[in-house]
Amino acid sequence: MFDVKLIIDSMPFLLRGAAYTVQVSVLAIVFGLVLGWVLGLASVSGIAPLKAITWCYVQFIRGTPLLVQIFLIYFGLAALGISLPAFWSGVIALGLNSGGFQAEIVRAGIESIDRGQTEAARSIGMSRGQTLIFILVPQTIRRVIPPLTNELITLMKSSSLLSAIAALELTHAGQLIIARTFAAFEIYAAVALIYLVMVSVLSRCSTLLERRVFVNY
Amino acid sequence: MPILRLEHLSKSFAATQVLRDVSLSVERGEILIIIGPSGSGKTTLLRCLHCLEVPDRGSIELDGVAFGTCRGADRAWSPDPPAAMDRKRRRIGFVFQRFNLFANLTALDNVSIGPQRVLRVPKADARARAAILLERLGLAAHAAKLPSQLSGGQQQRVAIARALSMDPVLMLFDEPTSALDPELVGEVLQTMKDLARSGMTMIVVTHELDFAREVGDRVIFMDGGAIVEEGKPAEIFGNPKHERTRTFLRRLLREAQSHRLPEAAATGVEGEAPRLSPLAERRD
Repeated sequence: MFDVKLIIDSMPFLLRGAAYTVQVSVLAIVFGLVLGWVLGLASVSGIAPLKAITWCYVQFIRGTPLLVQIFLIYFGLAALGISLPAFWSGVIALGLNSGGFQAEIVRAGIESIDRGQTEAARSIGMSRGQTLIFILVPQTIRRVIPPLTNELITLMKSSSLLSAIAALELTHAGQLIIARTFAAFEIYAAVALIYLVMVSVLSRCSTLLERRVFVNY
Repeated sequence: MPILRLEHLSKSFAATQVLRDVSLSVERGEILIIIGPSGSGKTTLLRCLHCLEVPDRGSIELDGVAFGTCRGADRAWSPDPPAAMDRKRRRIGFVFQRFNLFANLTALDNVSIGPQRVLRVPKADARARAAILLERLGLAAHAAKLPSQLSGGQQQRVAIARALSMDPVLMLFDEPTSALDPELVGEVLQTMKDLARSGMTMIVVTHELDFAREVGDRVIFMDGGAIVEEGKPAEIFGNPKHERTRTFLRRLLREAQSHRLPEAAATGVEGEAPRLSPLAERRD
């Protein structure tokens, strides 16, 4: 019934897909983190136009399906004459999407810091910018690690949507094997297990980061 | 010439007017005590002085320099550009009721960050000066600790050192001991007394009457957003002219007594019904 040998034989191909998934995800995570912090800081900067732009951006990202965003980058840009490979379309779409959600996490994190911290910083003559950089952001980082971890896990799993633009990531690799062998249950079970392992590693890293690196306050 | 001059300061939060046409001036080296019931506008007055709160009307002048501009017949107040405001504001030290030490920085860094980042003092110099300040306030042993590792009294003294690190010409204290356990109040008051003796100009909002009597040069009683009465501590505490001042002082004394109930009971002094654990009640 359950064809274990098929899974073992398929493993090298699936792992290659997993490696693709990891690469897309890591690049998108880096892109998303940078974008998320920039947008998050912009939305608490007190500068009205920046705040408005960030708000519009977050509304767009939150209000449209990720799959449509991926299509917009891959097929949409191609129709305008900018044709990107599936890999980079994936990195950009996932990064832009995740950045929008992360911006909200960062904004909420900064706003959750006691107002007294800001007042004390302003009272010794720090500007808004200095207060953000030296006082608020360091305290926010530790606080947002758990919600950011959730977001990064979501991003990694969402990369399976890139199968729709034929990127050779893990889910698509599984689909290709199934198209040949019809062993949908075995292969999807194996694919699911690999995602689970990758996500576990990611969340373990985040726990370590929270406990070891930002342990001091 | 007064170092601080406030004229016709008014401030409302939505429909509530918290400051009504408050004018006062403070001489160099003077210790001004502000007392009054909660909601009387004392804290808002201090916060307006430091532009943590934006006054609606009036003028503020520190050492001959105007804070913001005051225009027209109705004296509408508008702030300076942010950079100028930051520059002016740092000449006033502010000590908060709840300390507000930077939670991510050690005691030493709390005291050195202002000079280092705002005044652009080289890091080593800023830290050396911070260490001297902490030493002077008897906190040398705690320099490397984070605020969460310090007692309330120690935190408040570090906060005083932080304010002093910017070499202010005026120090504002907003109920600096009211968030402290009673046994920690003394060390903070002692630090403030030493500071007063060193010639610092201070405005202190407080309910500590003994401190006010001993250190204060002048006492202001505020109620309903206005100055009701002012005078020497001996006059205000010994012979208050206004009924509202008398009522307030009576209530304050009664509260002070009920907090000291254990000893009072031991010496047979009558008091209100015993409060089981005043210490536990006042803990943060």
